[in-house]
Amino acid sequence: MGNDFNTAQKQWQEKMKKTQVRFPERKETFVNKSDLEIDPMYLPQHEALHDEYMEKLGFPGQYPYTRGIQPGMYRSRFWTMRQYAGFGSAKETNQRFRYLLDQGQTGLSVAFDLPTQIGYDSDDPMAEGEVGKVGVAIDSLEDMEILLDLIPLDKVSTSMTINAPASVLLCMYIAVAEKQGVPKENITGTIQNDILKEYIARGTYIYPPKPSMRLITNIFEYCAEDVPKFNTISISGYHIREAGSTAVQEVAFTLANGMAYVDAAIESGLKVDQFAPRLAFFFNAHNNFFEEAAKFRAARRIWAHLMKEKYGAENEKSLRLRFHTQTGGSTLTAQQPDNNIVRVALQALSAVMGGTQSLHTNSRDEALALPTEESARIALRTQQIIAHESGVADTVDPLAGSYYVEEMTDRIEQEVWSYLDRIEEMGGAVQAVEDGYMQREIHQAAYEAQKKIESKDDIIVGLNEFQIDEELNADLLKVDEQLEKDQVKQVQQAREKRNQAVVDDILNQLREAAKNPETNVMPYILESVKAYATVGEICNILRDEFGEYTGA
Amino acid sequence: MEQKIRVLIAKPGLDGHDRGALVIAQALRDHGMEVIYTGLRQSAPQIAQAAIQEDVDVVGLSSLSGGHKALFPKVVEELKNRGADDIPVIGGGVIPEEDISFLEEKGIHKIFTSGTKTTELAQYIQGLIRGEQV
Repeated sequence: MGNDFNTAQKQWQEKMKKTQVRFPERKETFVNKSDLEIDPMYLPQHEALHDEYMEKLGFPGQYPYTRGIQPGMYRSRFWTMRQYAGFGSAKETNQRFRYLLDQGQTGLSVAFDLPTQIGYDSDDPMAEGEVGKVGVAIDSLEDMEILLDLIPLDKVSTSMTINAPASVLLCMYIAVAEKQGVPKENITGTIQNDILKEYIARGTYIYPPKPSMRLITNIFEYCAEDVPKFNTISISGYHIREAGSTAVQEVAFTLANGMAYVDAAIESGLKVDQFAPRLAFFFNAHNNFFEEAAKFRAARRIWAHLMKEKYGAENEKSLRLRFHTQTGGSTLTAQQPDNNIVRVALQALSAVMGGTQSLHTNSRDEALALPTEESARIALRTQQIIAHESGVADTVDPLAGSYYVEEMTDRIEQEVWSYLDRIEEMGGAVQAVEDGYMQREIHQAAYEAQKKIESKDDIIVGLNEFQIDEELNADLLKVDEQLEKDQVKQVQQAREKRNQAVVDDILNQLREAAKNPETNVMPYILESVKAYATVGEICNILRDEFGEYTGA
Repeated sequence: MEQKIRVLIAKPGLDGHDRGALVIAQALRDHGMEVIYTGLRQSAPQIAQAAIQEDVDVVGLSSLSGGHKALFPKVVEELKNRGADDIPVIGGGVIPEEDISFLEEKGIHKIFTSGTKTTELAQYIQGLIRGEQV
């Protein structure tokens, strides 16, 4: 068995060499402040431990990927620093994006306002009071052109937090890229496109589960051919955790949802290795440092196992769980908000210890409002300090071999498997969501957490202990009330400017395509957005055909 | 026996964050109240209608999307239009301090911000309802 270890080590070395051709290490040699050299990774010394090591951890970049999905992890490249931003108008958000890129951010992440996320135009009565509040308002392609103005889409990767209307916003992104001269084969980024967690925790669903799953598989299928570098889904535990779940539930429900998407895609006729390499994940990082680090490691191991054993994936890329992390919004306090900077730093560190591919650090004022520019900058600086000053990125998976962390990784994995078994017995994640099972589990955990805070079993600094008298929230970002009126005008003008006959014709074609479950709607949506049909118009056609979801 | 206090917890607007609303609903039940939760995406007329139909003693609104200044006063207005302005409205969520006096002027009885204990909220409601019924 010692052979396995040695063979794997050789493979790791070869892979390291190969990777370094494209992504050389950041430094020729890594040393600490005492001038001691730092190895790319550290291994169990005793041969007796090698079998267990191979079974549970493996080498970085090798099955089961417990130590990370690349052989050298951050020795070559840091994680992508990707701050979620968006508020008000497309123009304002474009300015914030360009500011963040100037400050050294390496990828974009778009927050859309609620009407956009639920498929209403800004002048829809349902949108009143919500336009531009929690993100940017996008109605027609015109807004998207403004949003991405002067941002080179061949160089910048963009993550879009959009779910029920993900197909529409992706098509708009494709259309803008084409106008910039960037073919859709070359654009990179991610759409969230994870509807199951919307029913469970986040609330921006439109259609019932079945047609929603069809839209998702339509996107998988279309992108496998036409947009091969785009991540077609970001299967999200983030919001499940924010809604109150435990770390175990976060991983369990997310992976259960992931399995449901894989099942749906296979059922629609796709081969697992056709789409699985483009699946991405999105997790939360809360305060319990070692639990969080162990959680990420466990999640990778479970997914690799599932994809290999259950789905028979053969492409290595299908086995690797790639994930984005955001620090925990619900852990931030409105009281003594500067303390949140410290919470965010600890949470971000756990994500880095857990091997995240990209990271959003929350701003200190997010328990109160959207972040100001200054707060957003401190949040980004927090990541930069971890990356450049702490030295934690100089060796791969530094927590490996810790008795505590390895034991927690195993325990979390066991607990997740028992949830996955239970959900499978219920008939899978879609059924469990429809029955409200996950919702109830999360709610119960949220209530228990609240009780622990009120009884002071859990201390939250500044909230239930170490309080001070303070003047609350002086400098908060305000979204201009005039904005909603301007945006309403803008969408109405956009409708007047376009060729209505073309729009009517393509929307009719879209309706016919939607009626036939065998048809992929993506090409019709792309033509619709190019004709300047709005998000609301497209989503309303689909509402007519698919119906609306009203809750479990 | 004293009649149970009836509470409507509602999520006006498009905001999908209902962790707080659900936790509060559960906590008020544990304090012996009857709680009706509307679910997500309720319009002001729907909320007012539900408050009247369910014959509640108080309406609690929750919003984390920043839409409270437009949405909360509308619920008060809709209750008034239906002759039900005797039902007090309270609110909570992510609400900056400086918006509170505006909302109170518009007829919202009280705003509870992040960090409020659920017991504190329950006691406030008990005081509010008993005080008004005497």
